[in-house]
Amino acid sequence: MSTFLGMPDVGHAPRGVGHLRGEEPFPAAARKALANAQLRRNIGHATSTIRAKRAAVVGEVPDWEELRTAGRDIKNATMHRLDSYLEQLEANIQARGGVVHWARDAIEANEIVTRLVKATGSDEVVKVKSMATQEIGLNEALEAAGITPYETDLAELIVQLGHDLPSHILVPAIHRNRAEIREIFLREMPDADPGLTDEPQVLAMAARKHLREKFLTARVAISGANFAVAETGTLSVVESEGNGRMCLTLPQTLITVMGIEKVVPAWTDLEVFLQLLPRSSTGERMNPYTSMWTGVTPGDGPQEFHLVLLDNGRTATLADPDGREALNCIRCSACLNVCPVYERTGGHAYGSVYPGPIGAVLSPQLTGIEDNASLPYASSLCGACYDVCPVKIDIPTMLVHLRAEHVDARRAEGRPSPEALVMRAAAWTMSNPRRWALAQRLTRLGRLLGRRRDRISQLPPPLSSWTASRDLPRPPEETFSEWWTRTRGSQP
Amino acid sequence: MVDPDQGEPAVTSSRDVVLGRIRAAVGTAPDPGPVRRDYRQGSGALPGSPELLDLFEDRLVDYKASVRRCAADEVTGAVATILAGRFDRPARVVVPADLPGPWAGPAAVVDDGLTPAHLDALDGVVTACAVAIAETGTIVLDGGAGQGRRVITLVPDLHVCVVRADQIVGSVPECVRRLDPERPLTFISGPSATSDIELSRVEGVHGPRTLEVVLVVPR
Repeated sequence: MSTFLGMPDVGHAPRGVGHLRGEEPFPAAARKALANAQLRRNIGHATSTIRAKRAAVVGEVPDWEELRTAGRDIKNATMHRLDSYLEQLEANIQARGGVVHWARDAIEANEIVTRLVKATGSDEVVKVKSMATQEIGLNEALEAAGITPYETDLAELIVQLGHDLPSHILVPAIHRNRAEIREIFLREMPDADPGLTDEPQVLAMAARKHLREKFLTARVAISGANFAVAETGTLSVVESEGNGRMCLTLPQTLITVMGIEKVVPAWTDLEVFLQLLPRSSTGERMNPYTSMWTGVTPGDGPQEFHLVLLDNGRTATLADPDGREALNCIRCSACLNVCPVYERTGGHAYGSVYPGPIGAVLSPQLTGIEDNASLPYASSLCGACYDVCPVKIDIPTMLVHLRAEHVDARRAEGRPSPEALVMRAAAWTMSNPRRWALAQRLTRLGRLLGRRRDRISQLPPPLSSWTASRDLPRPPEETFSEWWTRTRGSQP
Repeated sequence: MVDPDQGEPAVTSSRDVVLGRIRAAVGTAPDPGPVRRDYRQGSGALPGSPELLDLFEDRLVDYKASVRRCAADEVTGAVATILAGRFDRPARVVVPADLPGPWAGPAAVVDDGLTPAHLDALDGVVTACAVAIAETGTIVLDGGAGQGRRVITLVPDLHVCVVRADQIVGSVPECVRRLDPERPLTFISGPSATSDIELSRVEGVHGPRTLEVVLVVPR
């Protein structure tokens, strides 16, 4: 794809493709999610399990803080010279028999991958779990071109068979419990044993049986990448089940789609991230399998290798000095697991494949703030996400920055927010003692609203948006000024 | 770059667009300074020292892998015992052509480019390894001596891996610095597993469901 020089080139993720935008703003989606008691139970159970495991294995590392500092420094250094590291990566992969493609957005990445698969003559692909391909809606693009994608990660398989959307970065089916997974398997797997139980071990075996033949006969695989080393051209996929190894080893052709921010400068940088990532994500000292490959190895693994480097809003994110740290994310999902908002709403309410605290800062930057304006508000700013982040991304500060950006954007459009109108009215009222005293007396009318529970749960419009998510205390019978006058006999 | 399909006016490739956007985005931002690497680069223990062997074994058992210690001239017997304990008939195992000894016995199938389907019909695989990490219970294969193609340690359901004591280092950085990134690398920490159902770990999915480690120690 080509573009004419001089065109405005902001580079946000385009609309109409991929999964970075929800159908409704976060508060509306969250209200629906909160009404689903099963969902809240499933997510509460899973996140409390993983929090305990993470805390235990992080606690046994004496130099955890030093590793976090190194992780952040490496990422910041990478972003500062991202152009030259990507060029270095490209040169090293090409020198080892791989082909590198550049995609400015989701549309172009989908076109490249579809063309590459078609060139192999295969009408199906096996897929390793990959956030980047979820982000760009690759499966939909392949299906539209007559190519069947088979998700092979257990959680992705549950999502795909359940005609569902991912709700967590690491475990896309975290919103499903074992009983629901059993039902999905019985309904959607033609080869499932009718006597299938809901034991996790039994469900895992059903997935093994279901995918075995696909692995052994697949000709094309599509993967993401956790890391790419510029100085060597080495790519890495971190996984647990062995589906990644199957996809990276058995097919003749491997196509990897990777966000440009995944590159790291040096081979030894991996010694930092291979310690930070598994302990932060699954709460293990090391994940069961990590694969690394450099171009093509004659006689071992895929003999044709393509890397698609994806922008899709990343350079737009990089352009904001106060927001670019969001690109440092290594997709561990520790911030989701500790977030009190995520724990209650689950991931679907965020409307993006990147949910939770990191999603609330990443999604609006990839799409432009106007398309995900409600996400920076989907947080209580408690700071737990910052504390667990293995690369020390200051998510709370970034949320406040994005809120300010949203408010500034509205102001620039000349559309004052309800808050701004209320504040303006308050300033007018409070600048005059008589107006203020009158206003205080008027609030006493509010006592009528809260007389049943001593709380006001619903104000009339336009003030209703304030009480949509909070209660107000019932106003007192008399104001401080009135009390003072009554007991001291004069105005304070 | 001029796109031959478009002719004039000048058009740019996506590569140039993305690199141009990056340069514009970073602009004149100040250099973030040197990377602070104050983390432990070594574990303080010599490779193969007794405390590392114990730690390695503890970590493997935690992942539900089995560990058996023996001397260098007892490996064949140890492997035979493992196979006899798992199968009530002679086990059919595959080995790479350059296994350092007759570890899997004379009946082992030597890999000469077996198909995935053929490998799937075998019971197991016996290999050596490149490096191992005690703190994380990790074995690394690099396709070097006695390890073979990646596919042979992936498709068979049982992996018997022979680890020499002197191959065991303490920490992840010590391991990474011993490896050659140009080789295809596989880090293995226990049998295949998943945490995808309610975030509880269960062992055994697509990769080998059983990992047996033979730890070769000095007499």
